[in-house]
Amino acid sequence: MDKSLEIIRRMKNRTLKNHLITYLIVIVFYVVIQVLINTGNLSSLLTGLLVPICVYVIAAISLNLVVGISGELSLGHAGFMCIGAYTSAFFSNAVGDGLPEIPRFILAILIGAVCAGLFGVLIGIPVLRLKGDYLAIVTLAFGEIIKNLVNVVYMGIDSNGLHISTTTAMDLHMEPGGKQIIKGALGISGTPRNSSFTAGIILILITLFIVQNLISSRSGRAIMACRDNRIAAESIGIPVTRFKLLAFAVSAAMAGVAGVLYSHNLATLNTKKFDYNTSILVLVFVVLGGIGNIRGSMIAAVILTALPEMLRFLSNYRMLIYAIVLIVMMLFNWAPAARTWRERMREKLPFKKKAAAGKEEA
Amino acid sequence: MSFLTYLKDGISLGSVYAIIALGYTMVYGIAKMLNFAHGDVIMVGAYTALMMITRAGLPALPAVLIAMATCTILGITIEMVAYRPLRKAGSPLAVLITAIGVSYLLQNIALLAFGADGKTFINVVSLPSLNLFDGQLVISGVTIVTVLANIVIMICLTLFVKKTKRGRAMQAVSEDRDAAQLMGVNVNGTISLTFAIGSALAAIAGVLLCSAYPVVTPYTGAMPGIKAFVAAVFGGIGSIPGAMIGGILLGVIEILGRAYISSQVADAIVFGVLIIVLLVRPTGLFGKNVQEKV
Repeated sequence: MDKSLEIIRRMKNRTLKNHLITYLIVIVFYVVIQVLINTGNLSSLLTGLLVPICVYVIAAISLNLVVGISGELSLGHAGFMCIGAYTSAFFSNAVGDGLPEIPRFILAILIGAVCAGLFGVLIGIPVLRLKGDYLAIVTLAFGEIIKNLVNVVYMGIDSNGLHISTTTAMDLHMEPGGKQIIKGALGISGTPRNSSFTAGIILILITLFIVQNLISSRSGRAIMACRDNRIAAESIGIPVTRFKLLAFAVSAAMAGVAGVLYSHNLATLNTKKFDYNTSILVLVFVVLGGIGNIRGSMIAAVILTALPEMLRFLSNYRMLIYAIVLIVMMLFNWAPAARTWRERMREKLPFKKKAAAGKEEA
Repeated sequence: MSFLTYLKDGISLGSVYAIIALGYTMVYGIAKMLNFAHGDVIMVGAYTALMMITRAGLPALPAVLIAMATCTILGITIEMVAYRPLRKAGSPLAVLITAIGVSYLLQNIALLAFGADGKTFINVVSLPSLNLFDGQLVISGVTIVTVLANIVIMICLTLFVKKTKRGRAMQAVSEDRDAAQLMGVNVNGTISLTFAIGSALAAIAGVLLCSAYPVVTPYTGAMPGIKAFVAAVFGGIGSIPGAMIGGILLGVIEILGRAYISSQVADAIVFGVLIIVLLVRPTGLFGKNVQEKV
């Protein structure tokens, strides 16, 4: 009991410092990359990856809220990204030049976040009754359903308002001069390319601000209590479902933001990118970076998104190497045998010895 | 009559799902892990059988047997190298991600060995098709073999699990691993055996799947793997009859949805039905409802 109280006290002192360090890392990363771009030291391939990296970092932070903090396994995050991407791209295309660029992009982000968040609530209410692997498969199912349904939607806008169809573009019965925006499996093309590295970094900072403050708030502690012991949390009057839903919806909204950033970076948007493989990829970032460790999952997202490009010189072998690296890293990080070996190695290092000894005394 | 044709197609596809789902469900029941690489073992089985027939010129039956042997060895190796070290890691997610890594690995090895283009698969079943109702309903040889294989496998597995010593060891491990170990059950050996059986079944499923839909690519196994997992959950994960009925239901729903509603949303319908079933019965059709204790 004393030990846990001690841990809580120490954690509280550390929280603020920890948060600031995370923001600082993001800002330093931004500055370094900007310097590299301006001095011409960043290859065009990597420059092209900057916005996708921001997309995946946001997605990883948001999934970590569900998997790490709330303790539920979700395999459907790509579905929420899809919602955010499509709604915001639809909005940007529908408004067109009716609004200046920056307010339009901000509104698009808000719309993407709110729509994805609403879907998070809608899906969360039935789904969060399930547990563990069942929850995982149902979220995967929802992600695939969203992708499949979005794939058959045709949507356009003209002087009479919105037109929606699920069969063909002809069934929209648009007036001449109307704009057809979502074209079924062809997706949305011509979205203004508002996403930039700077916008991505700002969104990462906002996402971090929301998540870190949520985690260290009363609600965040309630969410973690539900994760650690559902029954105990219930017995002291925490409404478990409501807090799980809160985490799920906030996470969905932020995945929507990642989707907005993604859709405003591409000339053509379609649903191919939003299948379960993307959800799994984001989950890989979270698990590899450390479940519940926001900073770790961000770093994992950056490295693993850049890795296939860095390995490009290996040509066909790069995805093979990627897979092997993934397995080896998982074994190295998680296997009990590897852990004891690492600890033994750490004790052998002279400068760590004191720290380890100090830790034990404390 | 077209309804019967669709129903037959559905049962045929569903039987393949059922065979894959049996592997999923046994591994889950005993090792308590989602083996995401299971779908890719199917693909390896299909490629092996194809290579044995076209390159080595073997007849169908030995080719299938060699494919089964290859997949068995593959399954045991994967379990020993990638999953066993993580068994006591305390996080089911770690094993899940490793399984995803293994899945990527198998896909990319196949990609390097055979290329991304689909290879035409040769029908391994030389049985004549069956004409019913004056030729209005044609049941192909593959369908007959698939359905029969499904039934035979299901009966054999049930007998194996219920009647043999090894099978009862499996039940014991799935019930309580530590207690089983204390009773002298070889836990590691039992889990290896489960992976071996599951992978051999995956090889059969791969050959049957690719005989009915005759193209094999490095990604052939991924979607059927996911669907079979859905089937296993549908029937109640860990239950052998559940996996079979879940698989067949899933196949029938998919084919009927594709035929009568829309081919584009057939997958959405399958997943939608899964969600409804799970919301009504949170542990699947035949799943055990385990009461949580404080």
